[in-house]
Amino acid sequence: MSPIAVTASQAIGHSAPADLDAPVRIGVRNLNFYYGDFRGLKDISLDFYDRQVTALIGPSGCGKSTLLRTFNRIYSLYPEQRAEGEILLDGQNVLAPNVDVNELRARVGMVFQKPTPFPMSIYDNVAFGIRLYEKLPKSQLDDRVEEALHKAALWDEVKDKLRQSGMGLSGGQQQRLCIARTIAQRPEVILLDEPTSALDPISTGKIEELIEQLRTEFTIVIVTHNMQQAARISQFTAFMYLGELVEFGPTNKMFMNPNKKQTQDYITGRFG
Amino acid sequence: MSVLSDRIAISNMQNVRRSSQPVFDRIFQWSSFGSALLVLIVLAGIIGSMIHGGMPAFREFGFGFVTSSAWDVGRDQYGAWVAIVGTLTSALIALVIGVPLSIGIAIFLTQLCPAWLKRPVATTIELLAAVPSIIYGMWGLFVFAPLFAKFVQIPVSSLVEGLPFFGTVLYARVPSGVGVLTAGIILAIMIIPFIASITRDILDQIPTMLRESAYGIGCTTWEVVRHVLLPQAGVSIIGAIMLGLGRALGETMAVTFVIGNANRLSLSLFDPGSTIASRIANEFNEAAGLQLNALLALGCILFLVTFTVLVLARLLIARVKAK
Amino acid sequence: MDTMPQHLPTQASAVRVRRSRQVADRALKVTCILFTVLGVIVLGWILVMLLIEGTRGLSPIIFTQTTPGPGTEGGGIANALVGSLILTVLGIAVATPIGVLAGTYLAEYGKGSKLANVIRFVNDVLLAAPSILIGLFVYTLMVQPMGSYSGWAGGVALAIIAIPVIVRTTEDMLSLVPGSLREAGVALGAPLSTVITSITWRAARAGMVTGVLLATARIAGETAPLLFTALNNNFWFKPSLMGGVSNLPVMIYQFALAPYQNWRELAWAGALIITLSILALSVVARLILKKDKAR
Repeated sequence: MSPIAVTASQAIGHSAPADLDAPVRIGVRNLNFYYGDFRGLKDISLDFYDRQVTALIGPSGCGKSTLLRTFNRIYSLYPEQRAEGEILLDGQNVLAPNVDVNELRARVGMVFQKPTPFPMSIYDNVAFGIRLYEKLPKSQLDDRVEEALHKAALWDEVKDKLRQSGMGLSGGQQQRLCIARTIAQRPEVILLDEPTSALDPISTGKIEELIEQLRTEFTIVIVTHNMQQAARISQFTAFMYLGELVEFGPTNKMFMNPNKKQTQDYITGRFG
Repeated sequence: MSVLSDRIAISNMQNVRRSSQPVFDRIFQWSSFGSALLVLIVLAGIIGSMIHGGMPAFREFGFGFVTSSAWDVGRDQYGAWVAIVGTLTSALIALVIGVPLSIGIAIFLTQLCPAWLKRPVATTIELLAAVPSIIYGMWGLFVFAPLFAKFVQIPVSSLVEGLPFFGTVLYARVPSGVGVLTAGIILAIMIIPFIASITRDILDQIPTMLRESAYGIGCTTWEVVRHVLLPQAGVSIIGAIMLGLGRALGETMAVTFVIGNANRLSLSLFDPGSTIASRIANEFNEAAGLQLNALLALGCILFLVTFTVLVLARLLIARVKAK
Repeated sequence: MDTMPQHLPTQASAVRVRRSRQVADRALKVTCILFTVLGVIVLGWILVMLLIEGTRGLSPIIFTQTTPGPGTEGGGIANALVGSLILTVLGIAVATPIGVLAGTYLAEYGKGSKLANVIRFVNDVLLAAPSILIGLFVYTLMVQPMGSYSGWAGGVALAIIAIPVIVRTTEDMLSLVPGSLREAGVALGAPLSTVITSITWRAARAGMVTGVLLATARIAGETAPLLFTALNNNFWFKPSLMGGVSNLPVMIYQFALAPYQNWRELAWAGALIITLSILALSVVARLILKKDKAR
């Protein structure tokens, strides 16, 4: 056995076991994705379960980020990108043309690879998403902001400087600020696109702990290139390769005893 | 099961979220689109108004309007030739003087200047572009012209008197300091900041590796500039020069001060002349009838010339940027 | 020497080559330095001229009195100063929303589209278009139909000059804002207009302010477009801004060439005031951008 596989299987002990009875939150059916003429996703079908962390893994260019970006239709910012098929969020197809994408995005939050604090105060960053959809009196807004910052494990570090710019925080703090901003909106699903790849190990550890806690409230999909991270924090794992879904299953099974040889090769570091 | 119903309750609550002002979104997008279109409309408006206003003059004089050197308000006879010649001559003089100066400054700023000096010098040169053109006119007329008459026009005129060619081109009948050459020199100074700053940008964009490898085989600064930088920058520097030319052709106030505003054609660069812009500035407010149309027709010609030059300039600069 | 292979240059010719290369190199360096010094000297010379000539006519009185008529003693430039201020503010007030929105279209909505490329190109051409032609255009657009010169026409002419500057800087500055910031805003469910106005604009704020300041500096000293639009006279302008509106640049143009001593002194004083204000504005604009970049 290769060393990576050893650490991976050891790490599995840290993540809670998959809840195999959890209801389906997002159902992907025959999803195809195109960048102009290039087909980035090929006939993807898989389910994401309620209040479980699902990790999307695979070598770069495999389509894991592309898949993530279809759930909130953020790809529609770019005219040459389009998706075909169905993505059912609570049974409703989010790819349908009559869906209000802004409302969809309020229900499906997203955190990006690099921290993206807005050029405004810490408070306004967190309040930004709330203000978009809810007119709250000041005291309630304050409560919501504080609650979100608590949940993002950032409150103690910023409670005395809420009026200062969010750009002045450290990288790890900025990323937690972005998570606070996302959960402040009370979304149902949170998409995380390699949220720790720009961070140091300590900040990464804090974010991973945070994800573990958020799982009790939100359905989480995380893209990661780091297999140990997938093993540490997820209940389900999907392995993708060249735009196709190779294998999907409970994380501990995927890492201990995958069905496909391709998966086995990838998680043991033989390719990718 | 209870977990699920819980969830649905939340999601229903969230489904009634107030959709955030789609009307404002629409209005914002359309007004920004409209504003962008306005840029095209302004250009079309300039062309349209010049053609429309100048039409009576073009109809009256036909193509002769361009080639005739008459400009007689009393007899209502108008031709653009003197102004066209004055415009082209002064702009060409500006290029002959201004281009080497600009490129020299750009080379200094990119290759020779110590880092701490770069910013102040670059800013100073750029500030030359901020000085209003009327100030250049005053400097040209009250400071430069008298010195130019005393130290250049008079000695040169007496030197070349009687010589073929030079005796004509560089002879001042009235050494007042003003004239086509003076206008060209002032224009040269005015276009320096534009050509220099674009050339500097172009030289800065050339990969450092290219420069370093040339220095690495023992090239001197001169050789690097001559054989590596200038050929590499090539076409886009021509674009920068054309941009300067566009400026020089249309410059009004400074030229009006120092060109002398004469309506006659002279072979001497020391003699007064006029440009299209200076003639419009001088006569437009008192003009009426056909004279007004003739001035608008002049504007039309100026527009066509500068527009062509500026389009060429932009295309040349854009081509290299794309490369 | 005999052992030296034939195809290598002899020592004497090598020295000659080296020397001629050094001479060419030295000549280039000296020339470039000389040219740069020349450019700096011209700016210094103009400033010194303005200080010497301008301070002569500078006194508190000129800020309270209107421009004198022909053959009248004394007088000031109060009406021209205020008129200039009004025309410039009017021009910038018209140009800023249009320029910012158009630049936003180019950077956010149009981006790679053909139409946006055409607009960008035309804008770059307008950026360098002769300002006197814009004066002529506004004359036929407003002065002729309205039958009167007016401050409004002057303001519009200045706005047309300022718009391309603002469009260009706005687009450039917005293009520097990382796409991830827009995505993050959109991912929260904000409509594009909200993302632009409260995130992208905010991130590019310093650069956009710089653009507006540079546009202000550009139009504050423009003379040619005002000649046929706002005109100039020796009185206070009407509150309706109809009829001529006195302004510094045209006043300077008319007074500098006049045969009266007091007129010329006022022209120089005006020239000093306007140039220093414009240079100060340009420097401040640059400092704002520099400070923002350092952040």
